[in-house]
Amino acid sequence: MSEGIKNKVAIIGMGCTRFGEHWDRSAESLTVEAFEEAISDAGIEKKDIDAAWFSSCFDEVNVGKSAIPLAGALKLPFIPITRVENFCASGTEAIRAASYAVASGACDIALALGVEKLKDIGYGGLPDFSQLRGIYNRQVFPNVTAPGQFAMLATKYFDRYGLSRDEGKRTLAKISAKSHANGALTPKAHLRRKVDVETIMNAPMIAWPLGLFDCCGVTEGAAAAIIVRADDAKAFRPDPIYSKALQIAVSPEEEYRYQKWDGTHVETTYRCGVKAYEEAGVKNPREEISMMEVHDCFSITELVIYEDLQISPRGKAKEDVDAGFYELDGQLPCQSDGGLKSFGHPIGASGIRMAYEVYKQLQGKCEERQIKNPRLGLTQNLGGFPANCVIGVTIWGNEL
Amino acid sequence: MKGITAYGIYVPYYRMKREVILKAMGWFNPGIAGLAKGEKAVANYDEDSITLAVAAGMDCFTDIDRENIRGLYLASTTYPNKERGNASIASGALNLSSNVRTADYSGCLKSGTTALISALNEANSQTTMVCASDCRLGKAGGAQEQLLGDGAAAVVVGNDGVIASLIGHYSLSYDFADNRRSDSDKFIRSWEERWVREAGYFKMIPEAIEGLLSKCGLKMDEIDKVVYPPVAIRDHVAMTKTLGLEPDKVQAHLLDTVGNTGSAHPLIMLIGALEEARPGDRIMVVSYGSGCDALLFQVTEEIEKLKSRTKLKDNLDYKGELDNYTKYLSFKGMLEKEIGIRGEEVAPTSLSLAWRERNAILRLVGSRCKACGTPQFPRETVCINPDCGAVDEMEDYSFSDKTGHLFTFTADHLTFSEDPPALYGIIDFEGGGRYWFDITDCTLESLEVGQPVQMTFRSRYLDEARGLTGYFWKAMPFKSK
Repeated sequence: MSEGIKNKVAIIGMGCTRFGEHWDRSAESLTVEAFEEAISDAGIEKKDIDAAWFSSCFDEVNVGKSAIPLAGALKLPFIPITRVENFCASGTEAIRAASYAVASGACDIALALGVEKLKDIGYGGLPDFSQLRGIYNRQVFPNVTAPGQFAMLATKYFDRYGLSRDEGKRTLAKISAKSHANGALTPKAHLRRKVDVETIMNAPMIAWPLGLFDCCGVTEGAAAAIIVRADDAKAFRPDPIYSKALQIAVSPEEEYRYQKWDGTHVETTYRCGVKAYEEAGVKNPREEISMMEVHDCFSITELVIYEDLQISPRGKAKEDVDAGFYELDGQLPCQSDGGLKSFGHPIGASGIRMAYEVYKQLQGKCEERQIKNPRLGLTQNLGGFPANCVIGVTIWGNEL
Repeated sequence: MKGITAYGIYVPYYRMKREVILKAMGWFNPGIAGLAKGEKAVANYDEDSITLAVAAGMDCFTDIDRENIRGLYLASTTYPNKERGNASIASGALNLSSNVRTADYSGCLKSGTTALISALNEANSQTTMVCASDCRLGKAGGAQEQLLGDGAAAVVVGNDGVIASLIGHYSLSYDFADNRRSDSDKFIRSWEERWVREAGYFKMIPEAIEGLLSKCGLKMDEIDKVVYPPVAIRDHVAMTKTLGLEPDKVQAHLLDTVGNTGSAHPLIMLIGALEEARPGDRIMVVSYGSGCDALLFQVTEEIEKLKSRTKLKDNLDYKGELDNYTKYLSFKGMLEKEIGIRGEEVAPTSLSLAWRERNAILRLVGSRCKACGTPQFPRETVCINPDCGAVDEMEDYSFSDKTGHLFTFTADHLTFSEDPPALYGIIDFEGGGRYWFDITDCTLESLEVGQPVQMTFRSRYLDEARGLTGYFWKAMPFKSK
């Protein structure tokens, strides 16, 4: 039986740029900013880094294939660097690779850095998916976008649980309103404006039933983490955060190919969560997890994540939303920094940005939005669509 | 005995009231006011004369097994391809055997009946499907724009299970260029209507009928129903008198509901006649365009065994109103729209890939696991059933003829569509298999989780740089409830 990653590694330094539409900044410039903050936070120098993992998804927009752009931007001196790409879960993939490398003893200090520059394509939303799975896509894949794919989850969820259009949309609107309120308290967030439930419900439709405010922003930015073995961490700083679980799960695509999946949840999140809790020794996530940063690319995604991570019972997430369970002052604050919804979603950087908020919260450095006495923070990162995706779930604690 | 053994029909979902055209273009040509009655069928943006023909052909499978079909003839004056077998595309979409003999008939409006005669002449030795379709285009504000509609008919001929046996046929060929398009013409060019009527329509149709009756040794009063295409409604009515027919012996022209569908029109009207006919009835069908073909059939008892005899009515009843003339122009490629940068992105088409994956793309054929029986699309090597996982145990499995149920769906305003919002969803097929598909020919408001859907062959994109249309399958509601 594998030992797992629990208490094997620690994050000793992190950096994150402001997320937003950086019309006058390059991917290189964002990369350097996140990196400089991370090494300064860790109290190390560039020469101390033994290896790096670089996450970026849409390589055709601005970044380019291979790890060379990272080495070139930072002038890293001939060290091993690997570029990783797993859709929107790319950032978690970089953290996992860097963690495994130091845990194995192959190196002592590893860097995980993610960046995405999305706004040079000339239109809103993510780049067109027609080539995402190769040219065969163009022939048989429906004319989809990300909001449309996640909207189908909402259609099915509303139908299954008997939510009227108004009830369903209102529940989702409360989730987005919460994240907008949190984003307003977060200096580095992309969208820093409170939005009320009625405005969200009446916003222009993007993909029925999801409106504009049910969707996260398309954002540019970079985030970085410096990872060492847990035993070495205190030598760098008094308040590192320790790995409790680091799991990735990938859908075999049976969800949209085989008549078993019920269409109201993300099976891969559920499976990944089960393994992460097992690795971390979490028995009752609803009670034990102090805060979480999940992949709220759309409001409906966050709703079903509550259930898939076994925080809310199946079909009952609405009750927890209505009771304010996930609000900043609720029992389990979710998206304390605004999440993808408000902080933003630069694909390759998002998983690392989630860890950044967990790191800062566990260190008690979040000022206005600081959660009281957090012990365990969870990130859930989703790449792809509900019916075929990559999920990363990580759990971090501030004690060994 | 040889003759017709099955038939199918396809009238596109969209109908445009002719008043809409008058309202938009009457300022320019007040003369079209006289034609502004009823409505016409308009092909959706994702349809062309091949997809229309396939839809009509699919409609025949209620009464004939595709395995029995040995020949496929397409007839149209509006094929999208000049050098690429239009019938070969249709044969693939109809999932016919690759050793079916295919041919494209074209060039004039009688091509539908000419293809039918060719097939009938071989009907003792092989079963042939004839699909006629047209999407002809008149210039904005002209009489043709009012008169023309889009549609398709399919007729299967053979010598087993004949519902209407062939008595005889007779043809005329004239270079009477009343309506014409040269190689580079997108729109129809016409000569003066009075000349067309008096020197063409009212001369040639009677001549063809007389020739057929004489050849068959029959008189007009021994014919129960006469099918001939309209020019305008008043001409169709006037022809009744010219031929000395009682009005109830003349088959409805469909100009007020569908419009003139070119090479398909005599066959669509013939199907209308067959749906109303009784065993023993003699039905004459005449086409018109660069001459005439005239055919005479006698209906048999077999007609009462057909699974459906409301196909024309079902097609006429299932419709959505196209109340926007600008949208019509856009569907017909007559309007340059700002499609945005997302819309301008067209991934390169690979013909080698399309050929390799032709079973999936053209035929909607996936696979079924021989170990556990699970149908799956596209074809798999490792079985998708998580409790099976058998490797390389697959056999071909067709999905195009399976009923689906709408598992979930959305209406996407962000993606590029010629008719936004784009509808798509996940479909569960009866008997197994699930995949996601675009949805067409309906509105978001009409969709419900779980509702039954059928598969329809459509064009999905145009790769202009390579002159290629990408075809695939979409889901749509059933026309009959």
